[in-house]
Amino acid sequence: MKFNQLFKGGLAVAMAATLVACGSNGSTTSQSTGGETAGNSTAAIKIGGSGPTTGGAAVYGQAVKNAFELAVEEVNAVGDVQFEARFEDDAHDPEKAVTAYGVLKDWGMQVSIGTTTSGPGQAVSPLYKEDNIFALTPSASSLAVIYADTANASNPYGSVFQMCFTDPNQGVASADYLKAHTDLGSKVGVIWKNDDNYSTGVHDKFVAEAKEVGLEVVYDGTFESSTENDFSVQLTQAQAAGADILFLPIYYQPASLILTQANAMNYAPTFFGVDGLDGILSMENFDTSLAEGVYLLTPFSADGTDQMTKHFVDEYQKRYGEVPNQFAADAYDCVYALAQACKAAGITADMTPSQVADALKAEFTKMTFDGITGEQVTWNANGEVSKSPKAVVIKDGVYVGVQD
Amino acid sequence: MKEKLAQMFQSKNRSRTLSFGLVIIAYIVLEVLLLTGNLSSLFTSLLVPVCCYIVAAIGLNLNVGISGELNLGQGGFMSVGAFVAVCVSGVLSYSIPSPIIRLIASILCGAIAAGVIGALIGIPVLKLQGDYLAIVTLAFGQIIKSIINNLYIGYDKNGFQMSFVENKLALAEGGKALLSGPMGATGTDRIATFTFGVILVLLSLLIVYNLMYSRNGRAIMAARDNRIAAESVGINVANTKMLAFVTSAMLAGAAGALYALNYATLAPSKFDFNLSILILVYVVLGGLGNMTGTIIATTVLVLLPELLRSLQDYRMLIYAIILIVIMLVTNNEFLKEKFSKLRLGKKGAMK
Repeated sequence: MKFNQLFKGGLAVAMAATLVACGSNGSTTSQSTGGETAGNSTAAIKIGGSGPTTGGAAVYGQAVKNAFELAVEEVNAVGDVQFEARFEDDAHDPEKAVTAYGVLKDWGMQVSIGTTTSGPGQAVSPLYKEDNIFALTPSASSLAVIYADTANASNPYGSVFQMCFTDPNQGVASADYLKAHTDLGSKVGVIWKNDDNYSTGVHDKFVAEAKEVGLEVVYDGTFESSTENDFSVQLTQAQAAGADILFLPIYYQPASLILTQANAMNYAPTFFGVDGLDGILSMENFDTSLAEGVYLLTPFSADGTDQMTKHFVDEYQKRYGEVPNQFAADAYDCVYALAQACKAAGITADMTPSQVADALKAEFTKMTFDGITGEQVTWNANGEVSKSPKAVVIKDGVYVGVQD
Repeated sequence: MKEKLAQMFQSKNRSRTLSFGLVIIAYIVLEVLLLTGNLSSLFTSLLVPVCCYIVAAIGLNLNVGISGELNLGQGGFMSVGAFVAVCVSGVLSYSIPSPIIRLIASILCGAIAAGVIGALIGIPVLKLQGDYLAIVTLAFGQIIKSIINNLYIGYDKNGFQMSFVENKLALAEGGKALLSGPMGATGTDRIATFTFGVILVLLSLLIVYNLMYSRNGRAIMAARDNRIAAESVGINVANTKMLAFVTSAMLAGAAGALYALNYATLAPSKFDFNLSILILVYVVLGGLGNMTGTIIATTVLVLLPELLRSLQDYRMLIYAIILIVIMLVTNNEFLKEKFSKLRLGKKGAMK
């Protein structure tokens, strides 16, 4: 009997504890991941961000987190603007992204680098608008991240800006590039993932633009998550259709398998991908010699010879032991762009997030930014970025910029 | 016999009171915290999803715990409810400005759609003996995900437009893309509220308890415990199981609908096999047939990863360890005995 009472009591205490935790959690668990470098935390602008550091898309979140923390440290060292950084895990899940946003808001975030991936970004963008907090996302490239009405690309949220190209833009740019460079081939085959937001977005615009400019698409094949372990059917069909360019608007994991299988069947078209293909060289258990001659349309190549890129790649490699991908580069640029804007707009740490957002929105639409993912980068009022994509080709296991 | 009946009656009231009391007290406490501004943004954002998971888990518990049929596709039913609700809400936004009416209409439509599909699945499968329902619902979840991933639906002043695999929508001015393939629904009005979530939880408890202690409910449990004996006294086993299964599907549909209307965006990939299993985990850890346990387990397991955020990358590891500990503790014979003493008399109703 005593035990029963004890048990009941324990249950009640546990539940009460849960409720109390609900109320007070925001203040007790707030801690920063990059704060130790922000010399004086009271004078630092709180900059937040979220991305998948666990789960299937962790490669992207981890890259963004690393570069984010690196850049904040560097900006703080320069001393014009002081940032205090905090990066939360959203496991590439919109629901978790909304709670991560809650955590950051409780912490007192004043400005944000948004989410790393598109799905979560679409869920939190309305919140950024509602609370009027400014976000510059490094890599959430879907149109729905910046527009409430995606079908017509209208009704922008206004407080979410992008550092990367939108998916449709990548498709258009790829079609234009292939049309202008007939030396790569003239008959295009496409293999895309029809249950993936990113792939569908790029593919649809690519096909539309190809029709517009007169690029011949001879094969259009799909796959989905459950069938991404075998591409022999698609490759055989593409080969039979005579495709000498294979456009792959997909992520690098399935693409690596396509390269392996195409090699096994002696099918050697020119492979052409967009930024999702970035990362293929750092993939484990993949014979990188198969990726020789693969073209990518991406805003960043780690072999860049300019001072900024070299510095970034060296620092990143020193700290994290790997060559940074384009996600990391975009995140790095985000912090620098925000720092530049904060300095120009005279943002101080005691301003409310809403004041910061209003000032930054005005600043971003009129400023020009030079970063490692593009020069003379500008933004329009909807938050869309304007910069020129670079084509890179993989040679001897490294990305090499293509000279036009 | 009389005593036993009285005892059962008592325990019935007891578990019912406990469930309702728990939900209402939690609601009052949270609402006070919310109104006084003491609830952090993190927990404010979790209120509605927790309600959704509770409703889905209560529904699944009816199917798995009371009816004894394993269902691995609760996520699929949530998906049906969610996307139907998004479409209904999107269409109604032209004609009905009031969010609460739209919310109720959308959730009703979501629940009914999920129920109809549940009935279609149940008709052939529940006539079979064995674990066929588990296999079929497992496949159903995958099929639904695949279909919605490829479905494009738009609405404008000329009516609905639909296309499959490729986006062929050509919407007139003022039109709306309700579903766009793998991107799912975007730009949804976030009309779900915590109060309505709690009402939905209470409603689902009311439905499940009333069903459990009705003539039909006893027939469902009899069919679970001994199919042959139940048939011999004239119970139509397939029909009683159907009742539990369709109710369960409808609750999942309502839960999905509420969930969908709480976020601006919803991708079909959210409702995958993992989600179905997650809800099953809530039910199993909460106790088969035990609604109060389900509510507590769901709340704790949804909150846990968030409370463990301070552990950063180790949190999923710790989460798994805590899950294992909970399983070991709840299966500990000694504690179990004590626990069943606590719920004396319930044995008649629960297995």
